[in-house]
Amino acid sequence: MKKLNRRFFLKGGMAGTALLADTGLAKKASAADTFGGYPDSMGVLVDFTKCVGCRSCEAACNKEQGLPAPDKPFDYMSVFDERHKGQKRRTTEKAYTVVNRYNIKDREQGPVFRKFQCNHCNEPACLTSCFVNAYTKTKEGAVIYDPTVCVGCRTCMIACPFYVPAYSYSNPINPVIKKCIMCYDTRLKFGRPPACVEACPQEVMTFGKRKDLIKLGHNRIQKNPEKYIDHLYGEKEVGGTAWMYMSDVPFEELGFNTHLGEQPIISYVKEFLTIVPMVLTIWPALFTGFYLLANRKEAFKNEKPSGNE
Amino acid sequence: MTRTRNTFLVIMITLALSGWPPVFGQAETGPDSAELDTLAQLYDAVAFDHAAHVEMVEGNCARCHHHTTGVAPTNPKCLRCHPGGQEADSMACKDCHSEKRFESAYLAEIAANTDRFHTDIPGLKGAYHRNCLGCHQESGGPTGCADCHARNEKGDAFFSSGKYAPKSPQKTSGH
Repeated sequence: MKKLNRRFFLKGGMAGTALLADTGLAKKASAADTFGGYPDSMGVLVDFTKCVGCRSCEAACNKEQGLPAPDKPFDYMSVFDERHKGQKRRTTEKAYTVVNRYNIKDREQGPVFRKFQCNHCNEPACLTSCFVNAYTKTKEGAVIYDPTVCVGCRTCMIACPFYVPAYSYSNPINPVIKKCIMCYDTRLKFGRPPACVEACPQEVMTFGKRKDLIKLGHNRIQKNPEKYIDHLYGEKEVGGTAWMYMSDVPFEELGFNTHLGEQPIISYVKEFLTIVPMVLTIWPALFTGFYLLANRKEAFKNEKPSGNE
Repeated sequence: MTRTRNTFLVIMITLALSGWPPVFGQAETGPDSAELDTLAQLYDAVAFDHAAHVEMVEGNCARCHHHTTGVAPTNPKCLRCHPGGQEADSMACKDCHSEKRFESAYLAEIAANTDRFHTDIPGLKGAYHRNCLGCHQESGGPTGCADCHARNEKGDAFFSSGKYAPKSPQKTSGH
């Protein structure tokens, strides 16, 4: 009777594992689907051919977000020559957006100025990497975060393919992540564009629905094929971003990573991550069961002679 | 007839470029000067020497007022719909380039009007800067912000400059 039970149990166990493996596979298949962003989310189209490097956007961001005073006034153009460990300026806890100058060889109009800030991905890597769920992708398109939840682990800084999130290193008690929130609280929520967009004298940035901006961008390229590179950076990169860029020089020359691929960062780990809960919950119980059963047989064998005596 | 029409034109241009009638010059070339002040916030109004610019472009009004003056456009893509170049009802920048480019109402209007071809029209601020600065860069004109409009105190505060400049230069924070 006991033997039968054991066999039955093992059989059931095998079937269960097979079933789990099956559902795991089914999940894998659906993991190929990507979210693709909210349908009516907003975005910004940045046209580098129009930027003159006046840094008004930086000043506007500073005022709108109530950031601390800058190290140098916003009309100092010497910042374009700054190098931090050999790198051009990047976003910090004091500056959610920065403009950098790229000297392009043989470009008639002179250097290209590139504005840099959070790209507000459709499927943000920072969001998926955050284990306290501090991040939210709003239906308006902004990637915002709750600093009261942030524990300051900096995983998102490593996850972000664009190296955007900055860290409040100056705060020794409770350092948190700092980054552009597309002026969500003060503007985007009410249908208004971010402060930098409105401050720009050259109207380098166009604000609108992301899907309209894609059309507009391609239209602009089509009308001026001799001017623009035929690529809207951010349309497809890492699953699409709310901020998209057009340029007359190859994007690599402006410090863009053009090898990120079109898959959202999460799709690289999705398959693995779906197995983790299964492994963590079922495997210990299953293998402990196996172990106990195996040992029980041994114990039964050992007990037998003593029983006969 | 021509006289009435010219007078009308002058009034239109004047009203468009400034808040009040400036000094009148020759009717054919528009006002001698204009104060561009509709957007002045961080900077003082631009005292625009219209007469000097008319001389610079040798009377080719279309150099700035692109197709609105009745001069045929040169771009073949524009010519498809605007052959010959009809004179527009208004030559004022702000009648096509909205001052409220970034307000939700304008964005909604653009989105709602699906028949509209020119959905990519820059706002007034963008049009001014691209038109003026674009030409100044090409022709070696002044390109500094304060070369055309003096920054006011509000502007100094905005740029954390002048008396609002950071007191002591601190070490730039890292990442």
